[in-house]
Amino acid sequence: MAADAFKLDTGNTAWMMTSAVIVLMMTVPGLAFFYGGMVRSKSVLNMMVMNFVAAGVVGFIWILYGYSMTFSTDTSGINEIFANPFKYFGLVGLTDDNSLLGGGGVPALVAVGFQATFAVITVALITGAIADRIKLGSWIAFSAVWVTAVYFPLAHMVWGGGLLSGDGPIASALSTPIDFAGGTVVHIDAGAAGLALALILGRRKGWPKEPMRPHNLPYVMLGAALLWVGWFGFNAGSEGAADGTAGRAWINTFVATCVAMLAWMATEKFRDGKATSLGAASGVVAGLVAITPAAAAVDSYGAMIIGLVAGVLCALAVGLKFRFGFDDALDVVGVHLVGGIVGTVLIGFLATDKQGGFLPEGAERGLLYGGGVTQLATQVVVAAIAVVFSFVLTYVIGLIIKAITGLRVAEADEVGGVDFALHGETAYDTTPATGGRVKEGISA
Amino acid sequence: MKLVTAIIQPHRLDDVKSALEAAGVKGMTVSEASGYGRQKGHTEVYRGAEYTVDLVPKVRVEVLVDDPDASAVTEAIVSASQTGKIGDGKVWTVPVDAVTRVRTGETGAEAL
Repeated sequence: MAADAFKLDTGNTAWMMTSAVIVLMMTVPGLAFFYGGMVRSKSVLNMMVMNFVAAGVVGFIWILYGYSMTFSTDTSGINEIFANPFKYFGLVGLTDDNSLLGGGGVPALVAVGFQATFAVITVALITGAIADRIKLGSWIAFSAVWVTAVYFPLAHMVWGGGLLSGDGPIASALSTPIDFAGGTVVHIDAGAAGLALALILGRRKGWPKEPMRPHNLPYVMLGAALLWVGWFGFNAGSEGAADGTAGRAWINTFVATCVAMLAWMATEKFRDGKATSLGAASGVVAGLVAITPAAAAVDSYGAMIIGLVAGVLCALAVGLKFRFGFDDALDVVGVHLVGGIVGTVLIGFLATDKQGGFLPEGAERGLLYGGGVTQLATQVVVAAIAVVFSFVLTYVIGLIIKAITGLRVAEADEVGGVDFALHGETAYDTTPATGGRVKEGISA
Repeated sequence: MKLVTAIIQPHRLDDVKSALEAAGVKGMTVSEASGYGRQKGHTEVYRGAEYTVDLVPKVRVEVLVDDPDASAVTEAIVSASQTGKIGDGKVWTVPVDAVTRVRTGETGAEAL
């Protein structure tokens, strides 16, 4: 990639390592708490475990062949869709001279680590749609297959020089698609996958008749707060350097989220009579999702508009599952799919390179910023491709795993709670006396 | 002997406890309970989905008393827990056949 010899930039490198750490914090513990608080008390441990396991499975695969399959540089033929998984298998042969972020003086391994955390959270996001009812082994198998067949190719197509990048056919026919930090690759991807897998799994027993209230809203608030903080690494870190564009992404991430939170709460106030803590937490995440693809590509007003639209639309979209009868337990569709589409498409109206904004080479300004409809068309097309690509492949993967190992726990296990059924544990000891005794101690 | 059982609003517990102590009651059992009477439950909304919550939190106070004290104890509980609003709870009394203090083996009124 880099023809010039690699020259280390310690400032950029320090920022990327920091970003990588706080993006990992978004999954563990962020998502684990955000989702863990929203499920019932009988399945909170399983939800947290599924998020931890997503990190485990994806992190391990990423180092083995995931990075290579996403970012090793060949892009002809099949490599328009995914790169060679064996080129840097186990990261062997990867040097700073072909660092993904070599232009900014960031070593190859730091770039690998940063990108690893994105793969991890994308898979972890899906757990929200499938809460309370999937077998642990099936989730592990699904994580491994899905990240390989869906995430790596989509990330390669958008960020690795493939089909949906500035080098691809859409860029030639229309303009370069803009996805700064993962609106398509992460959020539309995970949202569409969550929908497909929720459809295959079927509804939780009792849904939607039986009340399934969040069991611990402070956990949800804590998780949302961790996501908010970590997201600065996600978006501003996606610049790959500590510079003004990263600053633009940071500011947009901040202000869009502020507006989205207020917008979600206001929607609730008008519709339901009260603004809720769950609404505040959800609005934060909706704003973060929507600003992700646009993070550096809009000015402050653009970010506020994206936050406003995402906050209102996502607050309304979480009702879709009741209308259409799909049990997306924790609203991965309403928040991530809808939020991801909102951000990706609004770029077509709001993209600008003024006020510190950054547009990739070959991208146009948005419709409202004098760029005509070209970028809007591009954004709609890439959003649609991402939805279809993820939904269809996920559906096929889900059916295959269902046929081989089955997906769903036994009904009695679901009713009794997956915490005990799958892990043999209970989250909360709420009784002073349980009448048990230690059966057999483990001697050291 | 009688067992006086009271279902009260959780926030009245401290007053009821003081009133019982003032009435000479030496011990009691308090447990968390949930239920509803005429006030029914309430609704909660999570991400636009409305849930009716029928059972509301209550506190159950149980006191063992000697027959002559039952009405005074009931009176103490009622006056300490009454707010005049729906949901204040109920107090009832049932006869008790036998009571034994575990530590000493004392029985009957001695064990109260």
